[in-house]
Amino acid sequence: MGISSPPHLEKRVLAGRARNEDAVVLHFPPGKAIVQSVDILTPIVNDAFSFGRIAAANALSDIYAMGGEPWCAMNIACFPQEMAADDPQQILPQILRGGQSALLEAGAVLAGGHTVQDEELKYGLAVTGVIDPDHMAVNNGLKAGQRLLLTKGLGTGILATAVKARWEYHEESEQILTEVCSRLNKVGGSVIRELRLPAATDITGFGLGGHALEMAQASGVCIALNTQELPLLPHALDYARDGLIPSGSHLNRNYWSCSTLVEAGVDEALESIVFDTQTSGGLLLAVPPELLDEARSLLQQGGDMACEVGEVLPPREDGKALLLR
Amino acid sequence: MSQTIDTCGLSCPQPVLLFLTAVKENPDDSYTVLVDNDASRENVSRAARNRGFSVEAIDQDQGVTRLEISKA
Repeated sequence: MGISSPPHLEKRVLAGRARNEDAVVLHFPPGKAIVQSVDILTPIVNDAFSFGRIAAANALSDIYAMGGEPWCAMNIACFPQEMAADDPQQILPQILRGGQSALLEAGAVLAGGHTVQDEELKYGLAVTGVIDPDHMAVNNGLKAGQRLLLTKGLGTGILATAVKARWEYHEESEQILTEVCSRLNKVGGSVIRELRLPAATDITGFGLGGHALEMAQASGVCIALNTQELPLLPHALDYARDGLIPSGSHLNRNYWSCSTLVEAGVDEALESIVFDTQTSGGLLLAVPPELLDEARSLLQQGGDMACEVGEVLPPREDGKALLLR
Repeated sequence: MSQTIDTCGLSCPQPVLLFLTAVKENPDDSYTVLVDNDASRENVSRAARNRGFSVEAIDQDQGVTRLEISKA
């Protein structure tokens, strides 16, 4: 599609698509480890550029969640045959330009890509980052006493359901989705590195509850989430009370129910939001108490939300690893 | 007035949207909603209670639940 990166990024490429090579060869900084992830989405908003940007932000997020910095990426795109043959609205190039805008902001070079015909439009990226092997934020790094900061509001799955259904306030909800999901987790990633935070994850398909449980179980602890403190996207609570819950979010809640203890009095709609499947959600950062103020301050200086949503507790005798209170 | 909405075979959020659309047009009607999965049953029941209806769930054959929804 003729998309290239600026020279300071392009110089990482030693041999590649400029000469139609079979594969791309990239320079890699010495002493670092590589961190890799791939993620691909179907559209959650109607604007092609925004969808591309969101898909790229979503794919880059995994790298930030480990404490890495994106270095290079490969596009993966699936387009319906009719769109590949005739695309007067320039949907394909717009999606790729949206993805490229996120890569530029991330400081990663687009190294290549692959396109296939498919019945349904999909776009995503395989991203490679660099990481200090001695300072990774890992799922088994939780310890009792750590506090949990969340960097984006919750409810993107619910809002996307309302947008698809063209339900009340769908236009406003689409704007909110675009704004929130397009935002990179770059600031959160830099806070992980700067403060050498021991554990973090990004909130995506399993929802806050599912991803918190993955960390808690890997660390052998229990995570307590304060449901009244959760940052909610506008309209998310009203939509949840009206039952606009995507089936994936129901599946999440059912799947994790054996490991979850819900205290009496917790709002049923908030419980749904805890397990709402998120696209390009925020980072959940485990922060030792003595670093809490600094972490919050760094996040806010960078324009991120820094909402304390819970804490890490010792393991429970009943084996429950997530407590909603 | 009473309406029946058969949502069997539909996946979320279609069932709750059909119900909510009907309620918007006729907010005082009673509704019988047929659902065939837990997610739809929960979504429709929650929407109904949120709009001031009472809900009675009656299990039918072949995984279908009949939701009897009327103004509380």
